[in-house]
Amino acid sequence: MNADIVVNVTNLNKSFGDNHVLRGIDLQVQRGEVVCIIGPSGSGKSTLLRCVNMLETPTAGTVVVLGRDLTDIDCDLDEARTHIGMVFQQFNLFPHMTALENVCVAQRKVLKRSAAEAKEIAHGLLARVGLVEKDNAYPAQLSGGQQQRIAIARALAMKPDVMLFDEATSALDPELVGEVLQVMQSLAHEGMTMLVVTHEMGFAKSVADRVVFMDGGVIVEQGPPSQVISAPVEERTRSFLSSVLNH
Amino acid sequence: MALSKRKKAMYMRYVMYIASIAILVVVILFIDWGRLGNAMFRWNIVKDQFPNILTKAAKNTVVFTVLGFTGGISFGLLFALMRLSTIRPYRWFAATYIEIFRGIPLLVTLLILGFGIPIATGWHWPNPYLQGAIPLSLVASAYMAETIRAGIEAVPKGQMEAARSLGMSYARAMITIIIPQALRIIVPPLTNEFVLLIKDTSLISVLGVTAATKDLARFGRDGVNQTANATPLIVAGLVYLAMTLPLTQLVAWMERRTKAASR
Repeated sequence: MNADIVVNVTNLNKSFGDNHVLRGIDLQVQRGEVVCIIGPSGSGKSTLLRCVNMLETPTAGTVVVLGRDLTDIDCDLDEARTHIGMVFQQFNLFPHMTALENVCVAQRKVLKRSAAEAKEIAHGLLARVGLVEKDNAYPAQLSGGQQQRIAIARALAMKPDVMLFDEATSALDPELVGEVLQVMQSLAHEGMTMLVVTHEMGFAKSVADRVVFMDGGVIVEQGPPSQVISAPVEERTRSFLSSVLNH
Repeated sequence: MALSKRKKAMYMRYVMYIASIAILVVVILFIDWGRLGNAMFRWNIVKDQFPNILTKAAKNTVVFTVLGFTGGISFGLLFALMRLSTIRPYRWFAATYIEIFRGIPLLVTLLILGFGIPIATGWHWPNPYLQGAIPLSLVASAYMAETIRAGIEAVPKGQMEAARSLGMSYARAMITIIIPQALRIIVPPLTNEFVLLIKDTSLISVLGVTAATKDLARFGRDGVNQTANATPLIVAGLVYLAMTLPLTQLVAWMERRTKAASR
């Protein structure tokens, strides 16, 4: 098996009752690769992402991350998730903790790092997302863009091998989207493996190594952005792109 | 000339004010205050109630309340978590328990557990405080379980997902992330439950009491029998108020504060 495949999804199916959301997805992500998943709402792209760290349990198929089969009943999901960072559309910062505590809590409780070490790592990450002076602020005191950058720092504190972004900028006011995309872009440039569900075509075009277009629970088309976004082959991709790019 | 709508409303308000003040004046004028004071508030009997009403009776009421609340909150948390569990028998058990103990009057539960069980089994309550406090806490836990469950459910689902995505176990996420947030939501209603418990301890005296375990209500009742005057009950009522009013004011203050914070 190729050690450089970080995420390997095979024949993934997911149903919610009668609603068959994912219909046989196969997807590999290489170490250091940035893969953007685009597609209309309801196409299953968020569900796919949530299956990669098992926030949703697949109905069928396998999800192998870093050589661990997460769908295997013997797999320690809590341990596996420490290697998979996730950033949510609604940020989901812990509102009863300061920015610093948000970044420290899992380091302390899950990785059992010392308070001093956790703090040092947290300060480094807060500096990296440009919010070192906000370490004592509570989430309610921060803008959406600041909250999302803290959430990215919180995920990075676990030193994950892969980062999942679930529409990380969709809940933001338009003027705050840029600061979050900038952090994501710098992460990509530093070689982080990223799986990004997004509506930001500009970001996908300039940062992604590969773009995956999903519709109706299947992967319709994938390839480098120059192909999928600039010169799509499939009719469904073309009509989706023309509706998002020309509004 | 017909009055306009707004003028009519204005005059109507004046009439309401004047009518309510008039009724109050009539009541004050026609009550026989001397007789009422003589039967319900005789100063020498008031003085006789102290200090025992505080050092013995109120103390017992507080002991029953604290025991009932401690038991109620522990079992309440357990049943709340069971109702939220993915394991169905847990949910069924907790739901059945909650329905049963919320559906039966406390007085009946007290009699069944306090008298019925000893008669049926030959087993005796080792301690008169527990005999009253355990049935009380079983009923309280049913109410508190629902309060706690509602508080936990009010924490957005994304909080649990974020905690799990960081590698926390379900239990760790509950303790570190969910319950601290739920607590903020449930402290005001839980304080209300505490006030209800203070008052409900007055039912425990139906189980029979020794001189040492008399609670406030029983103390007042026995005082009425001894003095042939209602004053001891009035004093007991005032002592209840002295305990409950600060707490209800505290709840009102907490609710105003959360309202202001969420603005």
